[in-house]
Amino acid sequence: MTHLYPPSPPLPDRAHARTLLRHMVLVRRFEEKCAELYTREKIRGFLHLYIGEEAVAAGSVPVLGPDDSVVGTYREHGQALVRGVPATTVMAEMFGKVEGCARGRGGSMHIFDAGTRFFGGNAIVGGGLPIAVGLALAARREGSAHRGSDGTRVTACYFGDGAAAEGEFHESMNLAALWDLPVLFCCENNFYAMGTPIEISHSETDLALRAASYGMPAWTVDGMDVLAVEDATRRAVEAMRGGGGPHFLEFRTYRFRAHSMFDPELYRAKEEVEKWKKRDPITLLADRMREGGMLDDDGMEEVEAEVRAEVEEAVRFAEAGTWEPVEDLTRFVYSEQDGDDGEAA
Amino acid sequence: MMAEITYREALNQALAEEMDRDDSVFLMGEEVAEYDGAYKVSKGLLERFDDRRVVDTPISELGFAGLGVGAAMVGLRPVIEFMTFNFSLLALDQVINSAAKMLYMSGGQISVPIVFRGPTGAALQLSAQHSQAAHTWYVHAPGVKVVAPATPADAKGLLKAAIRDGDPVAVMEGELLYNLKGEVPDGDHVVPLGKAEVKREGSDVSLITHGAPVHLALQAAAKLEKEGVDVEVLDLRSIRPLDVDAILETVRKTNRAVYLEEGWPFVGVGTQIISVIQEEAFDHLDAPVLRVTQADIPMPYAKNLEQLAKPSADRVVEACNRVLYRS
Ligand SMILES: Cc1ncc(C[n+]2csc(CCOP(=O)(O)OP(=O)(O)O)c2C)c(N)n1
Ligand SMILES: [Mg+2]
Repeated sequence: MTHLYPPSPPLPDRAHARTLLRHMVLVRRFEEKCAELYTREKIRGFLHLYIGEEAVAAGSVPVLGPDDSVVGTYREHGQALVRGVPATTVMAEMFGKVEGCARGRGGSMHIFDAGTRFFGGNAIVGGGLPIAVGLALAARREGSAHRGSDGTRVTACYFGDGAAAEGEFHESMNLAALWDLPVLFCCENNFYAMGTPIEISHSETDLALRAASYGMPAWTVDGMDVLAVEDATRRAVEAMRGGGGPHFLEFRTYRFRAHSMFDPELYRAKEEVEKWKKRDPITLLADRMREGGMLDDDGMEEVEAEVRAEVEEAVRFAEAGTWEPVEDLTRFVYSEQDGDDGEAA
Repeated sequence: MMAEITYREALNQALAEEMDRDDSVFLMGEEVAEYDGAYKVSKGLLERFDDRRVVDTPISELGFAGLGVGAAMVGLRPVIEFMTFNFSLLALDQVINSAAKMLYMSGGQISVPIVFRGPTGAALQLSAQHSQAAHTWYVHAPGVKVVAPATPADAKGLLKAAIRDGDPVAVMEGELLYNLKGEVPDGDHVVPLGKAEVKREGSDVSLITHGAPVHLALQAAAKLEKEGVDVEVLDLRSIRPLDVDAILETVRKTNRAVYLEEGWPFVGVGTQIISVIQEEAFDHLDAPVLRVTQADIPMPYAKNLEQLAKPSADRVVEACNRVLYRS
């Protein structure tokens, strides 16, 4: 049931191709700005960048509708931005400001935005998987009320190759397949879990094959090719809307930067990184657009300028933000119901 | 003779010396071999020993913790490194239901000489899932021993004792202590489990604590000294077994006590210590025993809230003043 996804699909129309490009450039520049702000100590804690992997978020997240849900990891800025969580509130979150999407409570690893059904931001490897299955269970239980105009609601769950070694991964795959729940498992296989290469973590490194063993359709996709990512996601989501049950997409991708900001990268060869950089997802799409007569230098600069403005605005917003008042320290340990002020029960 | 080394080097020496001494000792965990450990505690061990003794695992905490239990049941002495104790929550079933209960359940036949070790406690702005003290999860279970070294000497000595012990021992290291330097006695330096240590002698109030906050306690004591208050700092070092004698001795000496810990207050380590004090030394107390802990909330990311949530030297000073009726 697993197969490598077929050659890249044809270019879409110009407007759509430009949107894909713009999303990837937005994530790239946003992440570069984060790295800079980290060295300036505006952003603290652990910071995991998505640079190199942009095609996965840009190609898959927009396939989802507003009623679908997304679950991410600690490397989730890309999915959040493409999902439509404003760059301003994501940046403010990382500054620890109360205007952040989680009031500055969570930081980089815990982006939450209920309005766009973005359910984290989970810093425990594999921790998001069973949660996604639960979101899908709820979607199915609500039955027709929960069927969007075009069918069943889908929950997309992003996780790394490393997470596939956790028990939670296997339990989630089995539960979703057993109960036929609409979870789109999006494995971002970047071939490393911190400093551990996939070969020394997995007895079977073909992760789609393992998913298939649970009885769900599973495809391996070129995660550097945003068009392939989009096409595969569309097909999977269409099948799921029609009641096709869980699907698994293994996106083969690569992170161009360190695992987090504290990583001397001694575990991989410079040449390997350089080789992957030749397949930079942004350049891959931009080159094809140029060949197809959809993009020239001015067009590219226009995209960059739009993104620059958006990122600058995000930083301005975060800088201008305020600290949560200290009186709120114990708020939200418990829910605020019936006049309860949220203090410990 | 003493050498000044870091807390990290002290742990590394303990591992190397015990692995040299006993071939059944081996280290297993995420990134411990090729990568020298996420916090570089196992630096150089793979080279010095081999991949049979220093074993990289996938991200499978429940799996490799349980695997360690199995290996220990038949005579090996695994040292399981959790990259941080936050992730050991995934492994708690094997710690509590297997390691802790095995000897008792098997009617004394099968012991589990295993060590679980790694950093715990909040570092800086790592947010809720990465900032928590794990001691209470572990000490709650009879059958597990728990130590929390605060200095390089104790780190080395307690880890060596833990590896030699016949039961499961959790060695809870301080995430912010790895670069701390201190003198460590040369040679086979072993600190017995269950022995507290007075880190600072004093006569006015007993400040009792464990793990990384020992340093906060010493800071607070230095501040109070300037106000003319003489604080005794007792470092439990072991939470289980607990050095009840040392606790009672200091309380009988000063008649006042404050417990300081980095974990949550609700059924924290301090509640147990206070229970022991009031049962055994009630008549010696001149004031109720107070606690300084992390706020009773998941740790927030924002700097201002995080600072407020963590125990501070000022809060310790204030608590000491209160038990002295100075405020
Ligand atoms: C349960 C758990 N174990 C260990 C860690 C420490 N850790 C953080 S990220 C990471 C690597 C995860 O790799 P992968 O799933 O491939 O995702 P990637 O970082 O490559 O995107 C590890 C081991 C953790 N956060 N949670
Ligand atoms: Mg990975």
